[in-house]
Amino acid sequence: MATLKELSMREDLLCGGHRACAGCAAPIAIRQALMAVDPESSDVVVGCATGCLEVTTTIYPYTAWRVPFIHSAFENSAATVSGVETAYRALKKKGKIDRDIKFMAFGGDGGTYDIGLQSLSGAMERGHNMLYICYDNQAYMNTGIQRSSATPKGASTTTSPAGSAIPAGKKQIRKDLTQIMVAHGIPYAAQASPSNWRDFTRKVEKALEVDGPAFINVLSPCRLGWRYAPEETIELARLAVNTCAWPLYEVENGVVKINYKPKDKPPVAEWLKKQGRFRHLFKPGNEALLEEIQEDVDRNWNKLLALEAMG
Amino acid sequence: MSRRVAITGNEAAAEAMRQINPDVVAAYPITPATEIVQIFADFVANGDVDTEFVAVESEHSAMSATIGASAAGARAMTATASQGLALMWEMLYIAAGLRLPIVAPIVNRALSAPINIHCDHSDTMGARDSGWIQIYSEDAQEAYDNIIQAVRIAEHPDIKLPCMVTMDGFIVSHGMGNAELLDDDVVQKFIGEYKPEHYLLDVDNPITVGALDFSDWYFEHRRQLADAHTRVKDVVLQIAKEFKEISGREYKLFDAYRLDDAEVAIVVINSAAGTAKTVVDQLREKGLKVGLLKIRLFRPFPYEEISEALAGVKAVAVLDRADSLSLMGGPLYIDLRAAMYDAPGPRVKMVNYIYGLGGRDINMEQIAGVYDDLFEIAKTGEIKQAVTYLGVRE
Repeated sequence: MATLKELSMREDLLCGGHRACAGCAAPIAIRQALMAVDPESSDVVVGCATGCLEVTTTIYPYTAWRVPFIHSAFENSAATVSGVETAYRALKKKGKIDRDIKFMAFGGDGGTYDIGLQSLSGAMERGHNMLYICYDNQAYMNTGIQRSSATPKGASTTTSPAGSAIPAGKKQIRKDLTQIMVAHGIPYAAQASPSNWRDFTRKVEKALEVDGPAFINVLSPCRLGWRYAPEETIELARLAVNTCAWPLYEVENGVVKINYKPKDKPPVAEWLKKQGRFRHLFKPGNEALLEEIQEDVDRNWNKLLALEAMG
Repeated sequence: MSRRVAITGNEAAAEAMRQINPDVVAAYPITPATEIVQIFADFVANGDVDTEFVAVESEHSAMSATIGASAAGARAMTATASQGLALMWEMLYIAAGLRLPIVAPIVNRALSAPINIHCDHSDTMGARDSGWIQIYSEDAQEAYDNIIQAVRIAEHPDIKLPCMVTMDGFIVSHGMGNAELLDDDVVQKFIGEYKPEHYLLDVDNPITVGALDFSDWYFEHRRQLADAHTRVKDVVLQIAKEFKEISGREYKLFDAYRLDDAEVAIVVINSAAGTAKTVVDQLREKGLKVGLLKIRLFRPFPYEEISEALAGVKAVAVLDRADSLSLMGGPLYIDLRAAMYDAPGPRVKMVNYIYGLGGRDINMEQIAGVYDDLFEIAKTGEIKQAVTYLGVRE
């Protein structure tokens, strides 16, 4: 694992000047991920689904990417990069390439949990040597904050607005994509947060070293969609981790390891109340819903503890 | 030495792919194109090719992975039919817009609903505006020859466009016919090594593929796509000339059959041309001046050459194995009428027959009946019905 000093010497492979919102977690997370690639030993080629990250970093004739980059469509970042990785194997076999190249595919939660799930599932099952990173901002932010299957219960979005007839906002629980990826039996799957950057960078290093497919789900607070001040991004990510709304864990060859266990697990309301998308939950009459959300968090956390205990 | 074999269209397509030996093939099974992929998977399993084969989970991913492989710098291919091509639709436009020289054999099959596995041309006609070059093939021999030529056409530095080579589902894909196959080394020498100019795996020269164009650049890039299509005709003819040198077989933009002095003519695509040519021969024996024009290159459409070839004809029937539902006839008819608008000489009378949807057979009597209709139109100068559905229960 690279030291902090070594990491600090590495060039940013996603450079500044892109057009992401002030306070957007996505470029922070992606820079942290790319930092894990050791330039001394390997190069990296990246792919990206249509979405905030893609539209803000590749406005022609400019690009923020210092590495080879491909975007083709919304639902197929994994399939596209699986083609790139296959080309690499083919050309390496023929002796046309002698470099060691790593492959990363990025997608938001819409492009990963929803429309891109089949493409991702297929690529993981086929065993391509690639790392898929979902930057999960918990809704379709690029199109203007519509609910996705990653949107947590209780969030008000433009397609699950909290109203007088439906005071809850989104009524359904979020899909547990990380566990779905674990169920693919891939050698490495993990959940990470840009607030715990050392943990995240280490996970990316590990994921790039495994022989086969790897998946990391990184929480990516969105100041517009979550409705908070831009300087609070990392704080919001940290609160999600501390309240266990977004546990940090990894699954290596089927073995679960929780990477951070908060000593005093604050109530999830501490995280919720800092975000405008949950403001309606704190109005009188929604107490039961708040309790339900806390129960969901506790149940998932206990399940994870049990999975870890199983070894 | 070339080999003379009895072969199905699917076998011929797979054989062409084996000889091309692409770096990457990503494909998904679909009737009636499944066999191409199956046979090719055998080649991979037995080490007959160096190709990395990706058995993807959908046609959308097949085209996506092929796009990724092609952008990465590989010679990449796929194959599909019907619903599979329809599922690729979004990615077809992207392959063309990214100027990736992908070659794909497509086996023509009807589109749902109702679901039907047999031949018509709805699938590739639906993809005609996608930016892909489209080359149609009458039989297994043409499919084989066209797939090999397509590699050179697609990868030509003046072109850099994807190219689909089509053949009729079941009629050709599963029908056994005679074909002459080239030697492996002759094919390899003909197609040459693929040397892309810019590609993702050239990590020392990083490029961004698939950037976002706003209104300040999108139009220019789409205009460049159209510009590339203007150069296709010449390249197709040049590659055909080179192909004749290795095969002895001659290809042009289209096939004009006994058309020189024809009073009436049929324009047709793919396997029905074979049936129609037999009818032409029979009618010619009776002294009737009938001819035929078989489309080979449909996108881009060589409208000037076609209108020139048909200019002296009095009446033309266009046979479409697809409907446009515009009520103005099938897609080929609409294009041809537009092409003939500026043709020199007196206005050629044109009618349309939509036939063979969902694999309905077209027989020689029906085609002879079309020629009868044409002579009547030529004589009277009157068109009673512009668009006719041929061989359907009304």
